[in-house]
Amino acid sequence: MYSKKVLEHFQNPHNQGKMDDASAVGEDGSQACGDVVKFYLKVKNNIITDVMFETLGCAAAIASSSALTDMVKGKTIDEALKITKNQLIDELGGLPAPKLHCSVLGVDALHKAIENYKDQR
Amino acid sequence: MKKIYLDHSATTPVDKNVFKAMLPYFSDCFGNASSIHSFGADALTGTDKAREQVANYLHCGPSEVIFTSGATESDNLAIKGLIGALRERGVEKMHIITSIVEHDAVLEPCMEMVKTGIEVTYLPVKANGAVDAEEVRKAIKDNTVLVSIMWANSEVGAIMPIREIGKIIKKHNERKLKNWNNTRPKERGEKPTPIYFHSDATQAINFVQCDVNWNYVDMLSMSAHKIYGPKGVGAFYVKKGVPIKSLQRGGHQEGNLRSGTYNSSGIVGLGAAIVQLDKKNQEKDNKKVAKMRDLLVSEIEKNIPDAILNTDRKNSTPAHAHYSFPGAEGESVLLALDLEGIAVSTGSACSSGSLKASHVLIAMGIRTEIAHTSIRFTLGKHNTETDIRTVVKKLAPIIKRLRKMNPVYDK
Repeated sequence: MYSKKVLEHFQNPHNQGKMDDASAVGEDGSQACGDVVKFYLKVKNNIITDVMFETLGCAAAIASSSALTDMVKGKTIDEALKITKNQLIDELGGLPAPKLHCSVLGVDALHKAIENYKDQR
Repeated sequence: MKKIYLDHSATTPVDKNVFKAMLPYFSDCFGNASSIHSFGADALTGTDKAREQVANYLHCGPSEVIFTSGATESDNLAIKGLIGALRERGVEKMHIITSIVEHDAVLEPCMEMVKTGIEVTYLPVKANGAVDAEEVRKAIKDNTVLVSIMWANSEVGAIMPIREIGKIIKKHNERKLKNWNNTRPKERGEKPTPIYFHSDATQAINFVQCDVNWNYVDMLSMSAHKIYGPKGVGAFYVKKGVPIKSLQRGGHQEGNLRSGTYNSSGIVGLGAAIVQLDKKNQEKDNKKVAKMRDLLVSEIEKNIPDAILNTDRKNSTPAHAHYSFPGAEGESVLLALDLEGIAVSTGSACSSGSLKASHVLIAMGIRTEIAHTSIRFTLGKHNTETDIRTVVKKLAPIIKRLRKMNPVYDK
């Protein structure tokens, strides 16, 4: 059902945890829907130097959060904003059709974190 | 890695004795049980024997057993078949009573009936997942023709008060008939249509003696693969005199009720599986399975904080232990266990394709966010103490890890 890559990220997620000194934080989803994703960003000169995530959700939600942290690390915030849901799904080697909304959630949480960063400036 | 299977409500392995009984019916006794020649007769001997075995278990006549492809077909035959037959007799404006926690094989045919003008009442359940027989009494209307209540719930394992419901229906039918008999022929109109009682016993057969006579059941559905028999075969008990319109036409098998060549190997397997459920054997296996479940519950209690047991052990099959692990999403738990070789199931939305949390858990009053974190363990007669201890040993760190990753769980 899931690609090897999804299972790898699910078992050993990258950049997972809390960040106490984040420059910005963004959260999306709801417990009633079963998925919540939270992104922590550290930004220096518009470049995302560090990123962490916390996720409640299915394997696809966890794996897509993890893969997204890899994709945004080292990117400028504008570059990060350009990452699409489809790019993330491709990066994961595809997702089962009913799971597609899980990947949107990570992207939305990331966007909220970037908005949060921009609001502060 | 030794794999551990704790999903016996989904399906069970075919018992070795069942498999042995089936084997001759593939290549040796391969005849069509409807053929007159000796090849056919050999196959018929097998299906006849199985019919008696099923009838003995259900405590009904062999002619009241119809072989089907499984409980889904039996459920469809019960609901659509009864309504169709009554409609042909000119009965109009019919009413069905069922429960909100039925399997989709009952709920969807009911919804289909709604589209044809039938009224359906969906009974609620108590917090333990069981229907209250009193609710059935209250829901009965003058035009009620069918009550369909499952014998045991597949998700949490709650046992329904089938005999109590059966008695309520029987008394109601007797009263109605008596009133009719006591009314002058000129004034009383057509003889009243009784209420027929159907029960989907798929999840119960393995653990409860489903005696249709003792429990006043008119129709019953079951599948072989939930009782260590083969997949793709089941039975439909229909009491003599209950009107049923067949759903498929063709070869006139089963008194025209269910056309289609007899699945003789499967039917023989069903018979061989049901024989193993004689009272003594069943009690012995129930005890063994209940002991393993109690071990699972006490191990989880000891090793996993904040775990909620949704199964009411005082009123459930001995095999079910349905849990919520708040903070750890069910599908993630299922998948993490699967990567350790352990098979369970979940009522989480994310596993269902429909993205909706289990209707059974919601009906029991469990909050959606808790329903998303549920895991169903269903034990079988081959599970060992080592299996159970291994499962909890693997499960505890998985729950801990997922809770730690959760941004909204109070760690």
